[in-house]
Amino acid sequence: MKNQYSPVSKTVIYLLLIFGALLSIAPFYWMFVGATNASGDILHIPPRLLPGKHLIENFKNLQESLGMTRIMFNSLFVSLVSTFLSLLICSAAGYAFAKFKFKGRDVIFFAILLTMMIPSQVTLVPLFKLMVALNWLDTYQAVILPQLAVPFAIFLIRQNMLSFPDDLLKAARIDGAGELRIFFTIVLPTMKPALAAVAIFLFMSQWNSFIWPLVVLSSPDMYTLPVALSSLIGLARIDYGQVMLGATISTVPVIVFFLIFQKQFIAGILGGSVKE
Amino acid sequence: MQLPLEKNNKKVVQTKAADINRRKRWITPKSAPYIFIAPTVILLIIFTLYPIVSSFLLSFKTKIAGQYVFSGFHNYIRLFHDPVFYKSLVNTFEILIIQVPIMIFLALIIAVLINSPIVKLNALFRISFFMPAITSLVAASLVFMILLDNNTGLVNYLLSLMGIHKIAWLTQPFWAKVSIIILMSWRWIGYNMVIFLAGLQGIGQDLYEAASIDGAGKVRQFFSITLPQLKPIFVFTVVLSTIGTLQLFDEPYILTGGGPSNATMTITLYLYQNGFKYFDFGYASAIAYVLVIITAILSWIQLKWAGDKD
Repeated sequence: MKNQYSPVSKTVIYLLLIFGALLSIAPFYWMFVGATNASGDILHIPPRLLPGKHLIENFKNLQESLGMTRIMFNSLFVSLVSTFLSLLICSAAGYAFAKFKFKGRDVIFFAILLTMMIPSQVTLVPLFKLMVALNWLDTYQAVILPQLAVPFAIFLIRQNMLSFPDDLLKAARIDGAGELRIFFTIVLPTMKPALAAVAIFLFMSQWNSFIWPLVVLSSPDMYTLPVALSSLIGLARIDYGQVMLGATISTVPVIVFFLIFQKQFIAGILGGSVKE
Repeated sequence: MQLPLEKNNKKVVQTKAADINRRKRWITPKSAPYIFIAPTVILLIIFTLYPIVSSFLLSFKTKIAGQYVFSGFHNYIRLFHDPVFYKSLVNTFEILIIQVPIMIFLALIIAVLINSPIVKLNALFRISFFMPAITSLVAASLVFMILLDNNTGLVNYLLSLMGIHKIAWLTQPFWAKVSIIILMSWRWIGYNMVIFLAGLQGIGQDLYEAASIDGAGKVRQFFSITLPQLKPIFVFTVVLSTIGTLQLFDEPYILTGGGPSNATMTITLYLYQNGFKYFDFGYASAIAYVLVIITAILSWIQLKWAGDKD
């Protein structure tokens, strides 16, 4: 096996991979360079290829034009709250579908899976009208509530819970534990690794979510990061330093998190479609 | 001193017993599953099922004097004669037909190279290629907008160093589409690569060993073992990418705004404009339902193709 590759083909393979990897990473580097330079330096020909000293000034400008700290809070708040609630709601449903026999179970489960096949764009207009009717435009709940019941998450959790031992549940019931207690103190803690991957999936989809917040949020101090960033390009004169720093702020925390929890992250992003 | 304490303890025991009794009354193993699925079912009815039905009805209505009235197939007929909608369909399919094969091909090649025994540091390569997949599409689009700027972008500068003339990446119809394709490929190659990697690791080494003994070379092994074994993964990535491309929105919204002269207008972007710029909800709903039908047809074809060749 070892001798089937000549040194030449080895070198070619490495060069291709290194070239591809550099192309993948280069925009991140450029983003970082942009975030630390003044707008003029980014546009300069030849461009400055090294990080500069304008990071703090760019942040000040961003704070002035967008109210960046508030935007960061909005994004973090919306993402964390919806991840937590969604995880609770979806794992309860996933547990019920996996471990109980009840009338209508298969029909309801199939119906939930069916909604996954329908592009979410279909719901945009009626959901918007609903939010208008409820007087919820420009609120956190408008961003969070419609995204809580995630069929894909329910499906993944159910698949993982199928293997949960029935004897354990039986024993707990004989001991007199209530159903809620069994769920919270026995089932959920045992499922932690699977739930972690699902939580990452949920957090990432909310953190990066764009079209729905764009539709329901109208006042700048309610914007989430992607919506706020998109509003920067509507301005007559785009400040590239601000744009790059904004992009950096929305990606760097995720990247750091990714480097630490790589395995769960990949499982979560791929939605468990892959078993590692 | 002892008496009150005892009393207290008794009280605690009693309330605990009462608690358990009450719980037993309300949440029995029989009623529990319904209570567990209740939040999901209620949320899905309000925020998914109702909108799907409502959108369908809206697509047959037109706003007249501030009121939505039934107008039959008016919206659909209008769509049929709308050159911008037609353009958005063509654009979406052009991007689909060119971008998805390129991306899947590159993702597969990279996965195979990273997976080959001679490549060391494969974890490092995997991280590098996967990193774009975790960035927000809006942030990625903004960075590419700056990179691809006609006059001041880094890409044109680097091209000029190689003696290549400036390319109007974002302002010329052809190149605007190319820019969208480049951005999408950058964002999604690593994602698909990881799926292929997992698939490759699932192929038994004994297959390759047997082929080696039979004298099959590396290339031959790739075509007669690797590719057939990856078939299900292949179908999965193609279906996912197709659905994703049909819903393309963030990238053209930021990078090109659908322009120049609608060269990068996509179905979802047109839906958004009609719904939330012109507030023509009936028309936007009709676009949404065309999207549903196209998605259903394409998914069905691809899954059928997957079933046939197995």
